Amino acid sequence: MTSVFGKITESFQTFKTHRLRSFLTILGIIIGVTTVIAILSLIEGLNRAVSEQVQSIGSDLIFLQKFTWISTGQQDLDKLADRPDLTPDDAEAISKLPSVEIAIPDIDRRLSKLKYRDKEVSNPTIAGSDENYSYVNNHFVESGRDFTEDDILHRRSVGILGSYVASQLFPEESPIGKDLHINGHRIKIIGVFKEKGTFIGQSLDNFVLIPYTLHEKFFPRERGSIFSRVYGGYSIDIKPKLDKIDEVVDEVRELMRRRHGLGFDKEDDFELNTQQMLMDLYKNITRIGFAAIIAIAAISLVVGGIGIMNIMLVSVAERTREIGIRKAVGASNQNILLQFLTESIVLALIGGIIGIILGVLLAKLISAVSPLKAAVSFWMVMLGFGFSAAVGIFFGIYPARRAASLNPIEALRYE
Amino acid sequence: MKKHTVICRAINICKTYWRGKVAVEALRGVNIDIKNNDYTSIMGPSGSGKSTLVHILSCLDTPTSGEYYLEDKLISTYTDLELAKIRNEFFGFVFQSFSLLPRLTALDNVALPLMYSGVNKQARVNRAKDILAKTGLSDRMHHRPNEMSGGECQRVAIARALINNPKVIFADEPTGNLDSRTGTEIMELFDQLVEEGNTVVMVTHDSNVAAHARKIVKLKDGLIEHD
Ligand SMILES: Nc1ncnc2c1ncn2[C@@H]1O[C@H](COP(=O)(O)OP(=O)(O)OP(=O)(O)O)[C@@H](O)[C@H]1O
Ligand SMILES: [Mg+2]
Repeated sequence: MTSVFGKITESFQTFKTHRLRSFLTILGIIIGVTTVIAILSLIEGLNRAVSEQVQSIGSDLIFLQKFTWISTGQQDLDKLADRPDLTPDDAEAISKLPSVEIAIPDIDRRLSKLKYRDKEVSNPTIAGSDENYSYVNNHFVESGRDFTEDDILHRRSVGILGSYVASQLFPEESPIGKDLHINGHRIKIIGVFKEKGTFIGQSLDNFVLIPYTLHEKFFPRERGSIFSRVYGGYSIDIKPKLDKIDEVVDEVRELMRRRHGLGFDKEDDFELNTQQMLMDLYKNITRIGFAAIIAIAAISLVVGGIGIMNIMLVSVAERTREIGIRKAVGASNQNILLQFLTESIVLALIGGIIGIILGVLLAKLISAVSPLKAAVSFWMVMLGFGFSAAVGIFFGIYPARRAASLNPIEALRYE
Repeated sequence: MKKHTVICRAINICKTYWRGKVAVEALRGVNIDIKNNDYTSIMGPSGSGKSTLVHILSCLDTPTSGEYYLEDKLISTYTDLELAKIRNEFFGFVFQSFSLLPRLTALDNVALPLMYSGVNKQARVNRAKDILAKTGLSDRMHHRPNEMSGGECQRVAIARALINNPKVIFADEPTGNLDSRTGTEIMELFDQLVEEGNTVVMVTHDSNVAAHARKIVKLKDGLIEHD
């Protein structure tokens, strides 16, 4: 038996004599492994971003809305629009449920622009809620002050800026105490929220929070637009008591059915959305991503594998005489089998290593030029190795068998 | 080992090749003994079965029928793995066309059989160097076959045949591709090896070459001719 190391160095000898051919052979594997590593690390990066996101939002929040986040099949917008609007009174009633810690009304409107003197910020969201918003959303005021109950009750013209809006409109000075004009109305800035960061390239701090009572005055509902009737109304953000998460959905449903006067034979005319639903949806989407990777991997590795098998068969034919000589001087069938198998595995592994390197570089490149952030993990590298080694073995075994089973006399006769 | 111990004993060896449906009887009942330190030459017209016989004696091929004993062990029934081991440990080969591996240096070619007997690298190199020195090729150790003359290649092949201290060295027309002067040099090398106690079986067309041997076996149509 020759040493493994000896066999590997011998294999390299073979490739040196056929550089271009060897390279073309492993191109399939290189492409396959590169794609898989790049996509996997992007998905992994996305996973991390999403789970961070969910953690920061608080995955225990439940959102009572007219529409569902996860639509199964065709949504009938007309039907959704006809559902009764949710109200701050609903939030108050829900807050009194035994399993609920607190529920708040939450309403959003997106503006195309918000200006302060010569500065402006595009597409900010104007959110309306109450003094418990920061607690429920786990998003606190960093400078200035939060709302008080009175701000809400008396519909005071005050607002708290998301950190992005603050930095865009007030790069040099403190925004606290300044006046901002929203839709022709004036508000006084009383605070700035802590920074939340970005999610898939979107700033999470591009918003201004005002009392919901004021929001109603600034943005009266346009009854005409069906889109606004479905999506433009209040959402109720419900924070369950810590150990009562399981009961919340049932209690809220029962209460809301009562409040909407629904008979037992009527369907719900509201939806309870949870972060968990989003996570499930996200997981389903990434599952599709994984399936796509598996398909890409399978195809390119099969292509690469066939390339390797082809080249190894050529190599066996070219080296028939060599095989005869080796057998004549004492190589067993197994020796020959291992020699050729080592060659195909080394060939595939070279492809795998190049693929891993290119994949990591590609992932880094994508991270550098796009909002997606790649995260390369050790297991992906191992996966790349494992895949290419498996291809080398699987597609190398047939040519190696063929080499091993050559009759030495026939092989020696071969010119 | 005592002189004149029988190493190889072939009894009634037949070998039939099939070309489609036509049987070619290359050997039709050959009996031959190879004794220790024999110098046997196998002669005969082309197609008479010389190579076939040598292949069977050297365990590169198996007979269709007949019994072949190697040091009193019946080996006609051995497996591929066992035969590979026998080829490695018992025999050395020299062929007409030099049969070196083109990508390996003279040194690596000579050391090749030791690789399959599990000798470590350092020992392989040392032994191969000794043998190459003996065959007069110390200055060609790191040359590849295409950088050497025919005679030099054949010397490398002989060195390779010698490296495992074989019981028998088989040579199938070793001078067939060489000019007469180089051929004579190679034959002198074989003479020297026999002188040193080696056992040689040599196939040749050339009666001048055969004259070096102590025993001549003539084959015709797959049978040994007795005069
Ligand atoms: N693999 C084979 N298949 C079919 N017939 C074969 C095979 N090998 C040898 N033969 C036939 O067997 C006979 C003996 O062949 P062999 O090679 O032993 O002859 P030889 O005496 O060595 O001839 P030469 O002097 O030309 O080398 C020939 O008729 C040859 O054609
Ligand atoms: Mg012949």
